[in-house]
Amino acid sequence: MIEQIVFYLFAFVIVASALAVVTMRNIFHCALFLILCLFTVAGIYVLLSAEFLAVVQVLLYVGAVAILMIFAIMLTSKLAGREIQMSNEQTFIGTFLSLIMVFGLVVSFSRTIFRLSDEVPPSESTLAIGRLLMTDYVLPFEMISVLLLAALIGAIVLARREGN
Amino acid sequence: MENLELLVPELFLFVWALLVLMIDLFSSKRSAEVPAYFSMAGLVITGFLMVIFQHGGGALWNGIFVADHFAFFFKIIFLGAAFFAVGSSFGVVGRMSHHRGEYFSLLLLSTVGMMFLASAKELITLYIGLELTTIPLFVLAAYIKTSRSSAEAGLKYMIIGAASSAVLLYGLSIIYGLTGTTSIYQVTINLSIHWLAYGDVGPAFTVAMMMIIAGLVFKLAIVPFHMWAPDVYEGAPIPITAFLSVASKAAGVVAFARIFMGMFIAFSSNIMAPRDWGSIVALLAAITMVVGNITAIRQTNIKRLLAYSSIAQAGYIMVGVVAANTLGIASISFYLFAYLFANMGAFAIVAIFADRTGSEQISDYAGFAKSSPVLAAAFSVFLLSLAGIPPLAGFLAKYYVFAAAIQAGYTWLVILAVLTTVIALYYYANVIRLMYLTPDTNPHHIIPSFPAGMVVILTVAGVIVFGILPQSILELALNAATSFAF
Repeated sequence: MIEQIVFYLFAFVIVASALAVVTMRNIFHCALFLILCLFTVAGIYVLLSAEFLAVVQVLLYVGAVAILMIFAIMLTSKLAGREIQMSNEQTFIGTFLSLIMVFGLVVSFSRTIFRLSDEVPPSESTLAIGRLLMTDYVLPFEMISVLLLAALIGAIVLARREGN
Repeated sequence: MENLELLVPELFLFVWALLVLMIDLFSSKRSAEVPAYFSMAGLVITGFLMVIFQHGGGALWNGIFVADHFAFFFKIIFLGAAFFAVGSSFGVVGRMSHHRGEYFSLLLLSTVGMMFLASAKELITLYIGLELTTIPLFVLAAYIKTSRSSAEAGLKYMIIGAASSAVLLYGLSIIYGLTGTTSIYQVTINLSIHWLAYGDVGPAFTVAMMMIIAGLVFKLAIVPFHMWAPDVYEGAPIPITAFLSVASKAAGVVAFARIFMGMFIAFSSNIMAPRDWGSIVALLAAITMVVGNITAIRQTNIKRLLAYSSIAQAGYIMVGVVAANTLGIASISFYLFAYLFANMGAFAIVAIFADRTGSEQISDYAGFAKSSPVLAAAFSVFLLSLAGIPPLAGFLAKYYVFAAAIQAGYTWLVILAVLTTVIALYYYANVIRLMYLTPDTNPHHIIPSFPAGMVVILTVAGVIVFGILPQSILELALNAATSFAF
């Protein structure tokens, strides 16, 4: 019971802060709400006894990605502290389609029987994940490194000033 | 201990991509030639390594990496497309002042991603393979920094790519939620158990399937998810456009086949046909062929013309996918093989022409046959193969796709497809008419560079030889189809 209350509280915060991210007119505030949103998602992970995921979520998304965004906003002189246009003429149709999507998802999920595993969650999920990443899932794990390398090379190529 | 020898070709190409970076760093000659020739050599060696290590087949880690005939066939297509793309890149990369090695390195890394994708029978690996395929291509599309349209192409491609990946991933996560596994084989079993236990798999399954279809057809540029393709194809460097239109499309088809033929095959039979994905895809294929071909007529830029033509070609490929039987898989495999030669060849000519004249306008091809008869003849061969004129490879490709669809009972779709090929013939023939029957206003006697000329010769040979003697490739394609249990 208490778990459900906490879940819905978290869920409410996630949805509300996500809405704030796309509607606030000051992009710096948007970034702050994004941090709140990502942080609450980490809370949901804890609730689902996936501690490792929660830590990674905080470290990577809150710690690295969001901070990087804030840096980018603060270093871009045109953006910081400025009110910006956050919508265009497609707002209405976008909202409409999103609502249809929400409705469809809620209806279809509530009518579907999800077969749940009856195993208890492992007490040491970090150990189990680490073991899987180094055995069964070692190939996708290593492929991600290749992917990051490719993204890194690409980012350097695009960011470097041309000429001389 | 797993038999890691199977991975040798992929690992080799990855290491080779890094070597290309290094070579560029240390080569004193500041030109595109050293890393480019080096990349081409690497692609050829990878092909030989595949014959040695993967021809026998095998699987690693319960299907995370599978070397079956289907993967083998498509990896050949990927390597071929990368080879031709590198071969026609000498001009465009030679004009760049920086980052020549990175260009080829990223192209090879994207090819590595496609090879992993082709071998993945597990959803996480499949998804990462798809990302590894597309992320280097975002950068390559934006590679010409002096061109605004190239930057626009890269940005558009990235935003669309990210959005479609998100949709696809959401769909895959719902599948995981329903079945509790990411192995494609196990998903099929668990879905069947679910079906037997409850008599239905629930509407969430439909939602997941819609999302997966939407995510993948975005990448394939199927109408109505195609609006990004013409702009991206026009702005990107020409060899990258060619690579996008052939290899990236083939990669999308592979993912589609792995998921829909492998995973949901249980649901396309008569006993369990609750969610008929076939009719959705048939509808998409029909719209794509009509819109792609009709819009192509009005184009004045040769890259945009080929972009719309490749949208239409994806529609024909979808006709084969809809068939969802052995002949269907074999026919799309053969189709993509024929398409590889015709489209890479056509783009190679466009690249040679643009390298020399700086023009991409169709009207500038007027009288091309008088000044450069050999190139014009080759271009005509490619266009006629794309249109599906016998005895070229494109004709047989279309023939088998249509035959597969008729076998599966989609006669209306085939009638529509044949009608649209007539439209296609009109705009392809229009370019040929322009080259042969109009006076030469500003003559360009173009002699291609050695690698570009070699690409043209190889692709012309492919289009003609595999049109007349398709037997060996057809056998390979039919073998590829046996990788799926029907």
